[in-house]
Amino acid sequence: MARKKSPAGGKKKKEEFVPRIVVFACNWCSYAGADSAGVNRIQYSPHFRVIRTMCSGRVHPGFVLRAFEMGADGVLVSGCHIGDCHYIFGNERAVENYEKMKALVRTLGLEEGRIGLEWVSAAEGPRWGQVIDEFVERVRRLGPSPVGR
Amino acid sequence: MESVIQSIRSSRAYSCLECGKCTASCPIARFNGAFSPRRVVAEAIERGGGEHLLADELLWECLTCGICELRCPTDVHFGALVRSLRAAAVERGFAGHPSHGGVLQSLMRMMTSPTLKQDRMWWVTEDLEVESRGEILYFVGCLPYFDDLFAPDLNLRSTDIARSTVQLLNAAGIKPVVDSNERCCGHDLLWTGDVENFRRLAEHNVAAIRETGATVVVTACAECAKTLRDVYPEWVGPLGFEVKHLSSLIVEHASSFRFKENTGKVTFQDPCRLSRHMGEVAAPRQAMGLVPGLELVEMLHSGVNAVCCGTSAWTNCGQTSRSIQAERLQEAGSTGAATLVTACPKCQIHFRCALSDGRADAENNMNIQDLSVLLASCL
Ligand code: SF4
Ligand code: SF4
Ligand code: SF4
Ligand code: FES
Repeated sequence: MARKKSPAGGKKKKEEFVPRIVVFACNWCSYAGADSAGVNRIQYSPHFRVIRTMCSGRVHPGFVLRAFEMGADGVLVSGCHIGDCHYIFGNERAVENYEKMKALVRTLGLEEGRIGLEWVSAAEGPRWGQVIDEFVERVRRLGPSPVGR
Repeated sequence: MESVIQSIRSSRAYSCLECGKCTASCPIARFNGAFSPRRVVAEAIERGGGEHLLADELLWECLTCGICELRCPTDVHFGALVRSLRAAAVERGFAGHPSHGGVLQSLMRMMTSPTLKQDRMWWVTEDLEVESRGEILYFVGCLPYFDDLFAPDLNLRSTDIARSTVQLLNAAGIKPVVDSNERCCGHDLLWTGDVENFRRLAEHNVAAIRETGATVVVTACAECAKTLRDVYPEWVGPLGFEVKHLSSLIVEHASSFRFKENTGKVTFQDPCRLSRHMGEVAAPRQAMGLVPGLELVEMLHSGVNAVCCGTSAWTNCGQTSRSIQAERLQEAGSTGAATLVTACPKCQIHFRCALSDGRADAENNMNIQDLSVLLASCL
């Protein structure tokens, strides 16, 4: 993956930083939302890897830090809108977890913009594309994560 | 790194008499009949630490608390044996069960990154006097991260320990260095077999401390103290600075303190690292003795005989840990003390956690306080 800019005068045009992004999506809403984006042929950034969890509440801060440890430049957690979680309060847990994550990421010296929490329903295919595009762009502007060796 | 065969030799495992005293005194074996240090020693010798032993889940149950070593008639260093068996196990792809989704292990490993610029000084309030260079350095450890992770659920601000420590040092006329470039000491990586990342942290910290010009490093964490003082020299050679637990430093500067009266009744949890590993039993008691009126009542098991807080290195916390904690809290409660004082931030977290899950009844639902916080409250 391109992490460095190519030397000036290289034959290729200046290589752009392509962030590595992990997206945790809950099975019932956000993952289905991603499917719906595909079915609707929404054009959006391909620069993310999605990991399906049963619920956004399953995403422990440990998962997010593990992704950073393994070289992610940004991590997004996505679940059902508040009130719609299929396990009733799972996404409220996700909010609590997100607060801890924010604190940890800040103390580690990473930018807060490298993590995100979003709600995307199964019907919101276009919104999924938009959320991903915005997040990828935000992380691209932040540049590579300082955690890499 | 030592091979398993070498560590069987250096830990004196071969001298085992199979007397079983280790298993009889082990807090894990007390609640989990499947675990037996005696059997681990016997199998290590018999099979030279082969796959069978390294793949055994029970290898991760040991608290490395050191009680068994204390009881062993032939001086087998079980902790050292477990440490190297775990390192060999990790090399072959085995691992224990990290608590809290592995978040602490990830933090520790991320801190090995040389390009990281942590924002870890936010606990330094305006009333505290700290420096960036000087003689005496306060090694904070992971306290800021513990706040981020545990403050919401346990209603516990671990950085109070850091603020109290600086207040105490300031009261003794010391303006300690607090280094924003500090990393986790690596204790928990070492004891869970991730020796490569431990080495990185050790090298980083020693270089960072040297850069501040400090000749004395003081820490309020028993595990940081043990790791910096006793383990770092084995890995990176002579340090060029002295390492002390806060309690020893307070005792040395006893004449500079004028503590206010406190007529409370407290009991003390000796952290394994401070008591059995480092032999520091007297200093925390002498430090509390400086507070006029404070009454210390000892638990049945205290000093080098103290029982571990039930979890170690953020690994394999479960039913056995809870049973150990519940029993220990009961022991503390039965002294009649209102406060259980600890000298290790993690003992405090684990005990608070045990109290928070509703298993504690009124009689052992006691206040848990770090030594530094107790002392600073009497300044
Ligand atoms: S170190 Fe502690 S937990 Fe481990 S075997 Fe010995 S007594 Fe048991
Ligand atoms: S106490 Fe020592 S001699 Fe006895 S079984 Fe345990 S390791 Fe062997
Ligand atoms: S006892 Fe300690 S390791 Fe176990 S769950 Fe509680 S805080 Fe985590
Ligand atoms: S199932 Fe979607 S957030 Fe819980």
